[in-house]
Amino acid sequence: MSDLYKKTLTEMAGLLQSGEVKAVEAVRACLDRIEATEPKVRALITVMGEEALARAEALDAEGPDASKPLWGVPIVLKDLLTTKGVKTTCGSRILENFVPFYDATAVAKLNEAGAVVVGKANMDEFAMGSSTENSAFFQTGNPWDVERVPGGSSGGSGATVAAGQCFAALGTDTGGSIRLPSSFCGIVGLKPTYGRISRFGLIAYGSSLDQIGPMTRSVEDAARMLQVMAGHDPKDSTSVDVEVPDYLAALGRKNLEGVTIGLPEEYWGEGLDEEVEGACHAAVAKMEALGAKTVPVKLALTDYAIATYYIIAMAEASSNLSRFDGVRFGYRNKNAEELIDMYTASRTEGFGDEVQRRIIIGTYVLSSGYYDAYYNKAAKVRRLLRQDFDKAFEQCDLIAGPVCPTTAFKAGEKADPLQMYLMDIFTISCNLAGLPGMSLPVGLGKDSGMPVGLQFMGPSFSEASMLSVAECLERNLDPMPMPEL
Amino acid sequence: MKISPEEVAKVASLARLDLPQDKLELFAGQLGDILGYMDKLGELDTDDVEPLYSPVEHTTVLRKDVARKDYNRDEVLSNAPEQDGQFFIVPRIV
Repeated sequence: MSDLYKKTLTEMAGLLQSGEVKAVEAVRACLDRIEATEPKVRALITVMGEEALARAEALDAEGPDASKPLWGVPIVLKDLLTTKGVKTTCGSRILENFVPFYDATAVAKLNEAGAVVVGKANMDEFAMGSSTENSAFFQTGNPWDVERVPGGSSGGSGATVAAGQCFAALGTDTGGSIRLPSSFCGIVGLKPTYGRISRFGLIAYGSSLDQIGPMTRSVEDAARMLQVMAGHDPKDSTSVDVEVPDYLAALGRKNLEGVTIGLPEEYWGEGLDEEVEGACHAAVAKMEALGAKTVPVKLALTDYAIATYYIIAMAEASSNLSRFDGVRFGYRNKNAEELIDMYTASRTEGFGDEVQRRIIIGTYVLSSGYYDAYYNKAAKVRRLLRQDFDKAFEQCDLIAGPVCPTTAFKAGEKADPLQMYLMDIFTISCNLAGLPGMSLPVGLGKDSGMPVGLQFMGPSFSEASMLSVAECLERNLDPMPMPEL
Repeated sequence: MKISPEEVAKVASLARLDLPQDKLELFAGQLGDILGYMDKLGELDTDDVEPLYSPVEHTTVLRKDVARKDYNRDEVLSNAPEQDGQFFIVPRIV
């Protein structure tokens, strides 16, 4: 079997542009790798072998095109991004047979840039989860140890990239769903500023929190993907109309002199696993050795972020998921004689437990009598959390801390929903404030041998400086190996 | 915080869900824990704070009031569980 799958996206894009590798060869390398590893990893809901090969043949017939930066590069999409003519399930029985008639804007932009979609990745149903154990179809294994979870909800996207089944995948991040699986799977994951990438065609969970982002095997790869997808979209009124910088031009800095990194004491204290703390501390020490200055900062409301997040996310979810009624698309119970009964039976049979639990809590916190005590209160705390960040960024350029208190845990280990929600403690505030965040792999845990991710967070639209700092650190760390499968 | 299975059933019916008794009991316990955890927000004084509903704070964006046809009828009907080529078909309402 060809070992082309070991290349980074940047290396593969170069080989394709120079004609050294044909698009069909790149796609076949990924399909072979999928065939070899998928029985263990189970990252993909849909493999698009025939479609991908046909598209690659068409690209090869035209020849490489320098105006298409991802020409011929095989990628995978999280299965909540709509794809014209290709099943889009959102990890749910209720959308098991849904075939959209339009592409999400991010998908359309990747297609225009020449990328070839080879599959749709498994995920927690409607992106609700931190482990990809809540998919209606099957659980995904972490390529480093398939007994362990890949993180969630973009766990399929994380696993497919780490396993070498593609050169990049798209995830979505509502409360950490790109950064957590990236940390658990040892890859780079970037959640851009809210509004940086159009959400048109993203099947919504928490509309004021969701953001699409790349999951890749290098920082430069993430920059290339972001460059293609970023920008205003008239189809999404929350996408922001500000200039897109040249993310690749920002890379390649020699050192980190002049950069100030804030270390929030709330992220580095009690509750952090020793092996996570060790790997993250070593990475921070490396940044200091490269010339960065570190300062302590306070994110005093971190303890309140999870309660704030789950109130807002579940409220928005209960509203967003009301569209699934069995009328226009999705599963319908055929036995109901009256309309209301049809809605109820279809939703009861179509949604899984975690989705039902969140819809009920969301409905509860939005109901009259509780709206002010929960939803409105959470929206006020959300502003305070945002102000906390604004104050912190008066002292530093970027914030650094762990992505998660632990490395990947074993499947079934966290059966209590509240315990699972607490896994998101370090990632959630960033979504509430709408800020960019990323996970960079900084080594393997001393005890578990599982990957550890260091998180960066920055002010709105600071992706270019975040990528440049992360890429400099990445170059000065030991290269992250690929897991043996 | 204690939530009864009856309260869960009432909220579930508002959300058009009909759950069996064992699930109502399970959810009642879990919801009690989760909402109890959320009650910690009561510790914060937010009297003078404006709520933040979205990180993108801008005025409503309106497109020009011009009708356009982005998709055809067949496409829009293509995923419907039941349709007659013209309309979505649903069970009777009364």
